Formats: sequence, structure tokens, C-alpha cells
Amino acid sequence: MEPLWRILSQPDNIPIALMVPLFAGLLGFWWRTARRNDALLAQGGEAAVRSAMDGAVPEGTPDPRVHTWPYLLRIELIAALVVTVVLLVWSIVIDAPLEQLADAARTPNPSKAPWYFLGLQELLVYFDPWIAGVLLPVLIIFGLSVIPYVDVNPAGSGFHAWRQRRFAVAVFLFGFVGLWLGLILVGTFCRGPGWNWFWPWEAWDRARAVPMATRNWADVFGISSSSGASAFGALTVLGWYGLGLVAWWRLRHRPLVARLGTSRFAVVAFLLLTMLSVPLKMALRLGLSVKYVWTTPWFNV
Amino acid sequence: MSDAEATGQPGEAPGLVREVVKSALRVENVDTPKNRVLAVAHTVWLHLHPSKVPRHAVRFSFTWGAGGIAFYLFLITVVTGVALMFVYRPTPEHAWLDMKRLDFDVPFGMVNRNMHRWAAHAMVIVVWVHLLRVFLTGSYKAPRQFNWVVGVGLLTLTMLLSFTGYLLPWDQLSMWAVTVGTNMAAAAPVVGHEGPFAAPGVTAANDARALLLGGPTVGGNALLRFYILHCVALPLALGLGCILHFWRVRRDGGISGPAAPKGGA
Ligand code: HEM
Repeated sequence: MEPLWRILSQPDNIPIALMVPLFAGLLGFWWRTARRNDALLAQGGEAAVRSAMDGAVPEGTPDPRVHTWPYLLRIELIAALVVTVVLLVWSIVIDAPLEQLADAARTPNPSKAPWYFLGLQELLVYFDPWIAGVLLPVLIIFGLSVIPYVDVNPAGSGFHAWRQRRFAVAVFLFGFVGLWLGLILVGTFCRGPGWNWFWPWEAWDRARAVPMATRNWADVFGISSSSGASAFGALTVLGWYGLGLVAWWRLRHRPLVARLGTSRFAVVAFLLLTMLSVPLKMALRLGLSVKYVWTTPWFNV
Repeated sequence: MSDAEATGQPGEAPGLVREVVKSALRVENVDTPKNRVLAVAHTVWLHLHPSKVPRHAVRFSFTWGAGGIAFYLFLITVVTGVALMFVYRPTPEHAWLDMKRLDFDVPFGMVNRNMHRWAAHAMVIVVWVHLLRVFLTGSYKAPRQFNWVVGVGLLTLTMLLSFTGYLLPWDQLSMWAVTVGTNMAAAAPVVGHEGPFAAPGVTAANDARALLLGGPTVGGNALLRFYILHCVALPLALGLGCILHFWRVRRDGGISGPAAPKGGA
């Protein structure tokens, strides 16, 4: 347990430790509220949800809204005070780290990025830097930005809900909690010298060399010529994204898919398949020691 | 209206305190529904808010308070950051020693530095919480699509601010975290010298990473660049972005919510 404690008690890692109960609590709260709202919707529509959210409105109130002063401003004041006190205590109790002077000649092992980028750094195990460090971050920002334009389902706007928007919520939580937060935890707690896997309770053995023989996707099928491997890899990747076409063909008559239209569907399919390819590639690496799915003279995927 | 105005006679002046309060707030300090509205509408800081809000919108259970707390944490980093700037010099000779001075010499230097760092960490998390709540309440749906995009911009700026700040202490942690991070720019397709399809003539001395760092490695130029981005360019961009974001919250109809029962707002 001692290594776990060492990682946890690094001042910069405290936010990560706090994040786990924080997000667990928020998601638990969301789930309860969403289920309550689902039930209310079934009984009395959005008006019922609104009444429940508004709480008791005094009898005969002509305008159900409240004055910003004092009802909102006093909450803001209290929130600001609480945040200030928490931060002050945190700052008095725990000092920001200052290690030795920067030295370009001495590389620490492991060299870790700031904690909020550790998910991306973890991806470097499975992808070349141009994918993990450039392509995927760009796609994450792009993918987040297009959410409002590709989620054409008008239901569930302005309140916690589940039943009306299961697909959207499930996809988002998979990406945000499963991939983004999950990989940050892995990068923080399970990676040691050489970026090798160490369980949090394992001591960091600096001498441990992990000779992990890797092969490429084509090798799994005994394709040895480099052009053959290249073509096979290209086909695999094309086939993967081709699943989007198959899905379009199978689902095109569904009302929601018809409403999406081809361009929105293409964007969703591309982003979704790309997101799913991340855990898939991880599984190929961990299960079959596959390093690249597609090798070319110019780049490898 | 005072007695003097009503009668046209120079009567007794209003109480001193009352006059000062009224001149400052532009509203009589008397609790009436009208004055509650005016107190918000007539004050530049408060008129970001509408003077009335739906009941559900003031509840923590709906907003999780996250957008407001993110903004408050940003303000804390601005105040503590300006204080740090009085001491800190962004050069390899001075930077690390200035941090030591802050930690051991400057009155309240350590606690101020701590506040700046922990507020920045907290801001990253709270912005994620805000993103999660806006998603889970479906608040990005029409007419708020664009404000979500503005939000994604703010999220990106928040992370970049944190990242550029990470270098400034100029210790081993900073230097290597930033080396790991900026190496990605060297791997960018076309514009990075290690990336696929690197354009002809692109080398470690002139690729995307070199633009970011002012050289092939993390050195004095990188420190200066990150300092300027961190203390000037990015906070300005984030501040302007917040103005846009808050303006749009109002213009898009205030905080989202389910359709109100008839007669409601
Ligand atoms: C520095 C970062 C940010 C700040 C300071 C900020 C601030 C705020 C504030 C104060 C509100 C009012 C309601 C509330 O507190 O929930 C708000 C609403 C909103 N924010 Fe942000 N925000 C930030 C980042 C984001 C991000 C990352 C997103 C999403 C990608 C986003 C999307 C929205 C949307 C769509 C609303 C309207 C919500 C509604 O009407 O219910 N914001 N923001």
C-alpha cells in the first residue's frame, strides 16, 4: 500500500483523488433525479417535472419566478465564501510542490504530463504520437463542439432525464467517464518507471524490463510481405469505417436516423467509430500484442 | 421623492448614511419588490443577471453551481496571479529562485502561491463538472447550441492556461511535463518534423514545436513564451470568452429548464 500512499499524497495528485468521489456522487445524484423525472414525465409531462424542480410556489403567486436579489445573489455569496474558505484551508495545509531546478540533462523516469493530460499520455502506449497527441485531441474538441448539432432529439432539454435520450447520454458517459477520466486514473495510479504497469500497491521496480514482443495486425494472419500487410491494414481500417455505411443502410428508415440526414449521420458514425476504436486498439494490444493495425511507409496506425 | 422636492421648499436633507447609500446604489435601501428589481438592474456588476429568475434556476440541484464557481475560481487565479507577478521573473536564472523566495521569504508568498495553484487545479475539475451538468440536463439543445461551442472554447483555454502555468516554476516537474506535452507538436502531421508527411524543410529548429518553444527544446525562450501566453494572451481570451458566454446565457433565454406549466415564465 505504500506506493499508493506515495502517489496519493503527492500534492498535485490530490485533485485526482478528490475527483473520484466527486464524479461518483454527481453521477449518483443525476441518476436518481433522472429516474424521478422519467416517472414524472410519464405522469404529467414536462409541466410536472417543472413543478417538482420549482418546489413549492406559495398559493396565489402571480409570477412563479423569484427576485434575483436576494434569492440568487445570497446563494452566490455563500458559494463564494465556501469556496474561499475551502481553498484557504487547502492552501494553508498543503504546499504547492517545488522540485529541484529544471535540468535538461536529467530526465526523470517516469516523466509524466500534468494530471489532466495523463489520459492522452496513456494513449501513447497504444498509438503513435501524431494520433494520441494531435489527431485525437483535435477530434475530442471537434466532437464535443458538434454535439448540439448532431443531437437532433429535442426531448430532455433543461432537466435531468434518461429514458428520452439514452443513446446520447450513454455515448457521452462512455467517452467522458470511461475513457477520459478512466485513462487519467490509469496514468496516475498504474504507471511507473518506463511507463510500465504497476498496480498501485506494487513497489516501483526500476530495473524491471518488460520485453513485450509486439507484432502487427497482418502478422496475426500470417501476412508477411510489407505491401500485403499494408493493403490488409488499409482494408481493415476501411472496413471499420465501412461499418458506418452498413449501419446507415440498416437503420435508414428509423425516424431518428431519417431526421439526422446523411451529413449528420456521417459525422456521428465517424466520431463514434473513432471513439470505439480507442478501446478496441487497446484490447488488440493487450490481448494479441498488436502494435500497428495498418503499416505504410509514411505512417502507422 | 424627498419632502423638499415634493414641496419645493429646502427642507431637511436626508440622513447622511441614507444619502451615501442611495448615491452609490442608485436605489433607496428600502426592501420593496420594485427596489429589488432596480438593485439588480442599476448595478453594473449585477445586471449580468436578469432581475427575476425561475425558481428551479437558483437551485444547486440543477446547476450544481459549477459555471459560477468556475468563474469565481478564475477570478481568484487572476488576483493571486497578479500578486505572484510582482515577485516572479520569467528567465531561467531567476524563475526557480523567485519561487524559492516566494516559498520562504515573501510574506504570505507561499499561501498565495498555493491558492493560485489549487484554484487552477480546482478550476479544471469544476469546468469538467459544469460540462457534465450542461450535458446531462440537455442544456445545449436549441437555442443554446452555440453557447455550448463557446463553452468548449473556454474548456480548451482553461486547459491551456493550466498547462502554460505548469512550466513557470521551472523545476524538474515543470520542465519534463511540458517536454512530454510539447513533443506532441513535433509529431504533428505536415508541420512537425517527426510527424507523418513532414513538409520539406521542416526540421526540429523550425517546426510546430519550435514555434511553441522558441527553439527545439524547453529553454529560456519557451519560458518567456509560456509566461506571456499564461499571464496575458490566454487570460484575456478567457475573459473575453466569458463575456460572450454570459451574454449568450441571457440572450438564449436564461438558464434552461423544462417547459413551465401554463402561466409560468
Ligand atoms: C471557464 C469555463 C466556463 C465558465 C466560467 C462558464 C460559466 C457559465 C455560467 C456562470 C453559466 C450559468 C449557469 C450555470 O452556472 O450553470 C453557464 C451556462 C452554460 N454553459 Fe458555461 N462556463 C464555462 C465552460 C463551459 C463549457 C466547457 C461548456 C460546454 C461545453 C459550457 C456550456 C454552457 C451552456 C450550454 C450554458 C447554458 C446552460 C443552461 O442554460 O442551462 N460552459 N456557463
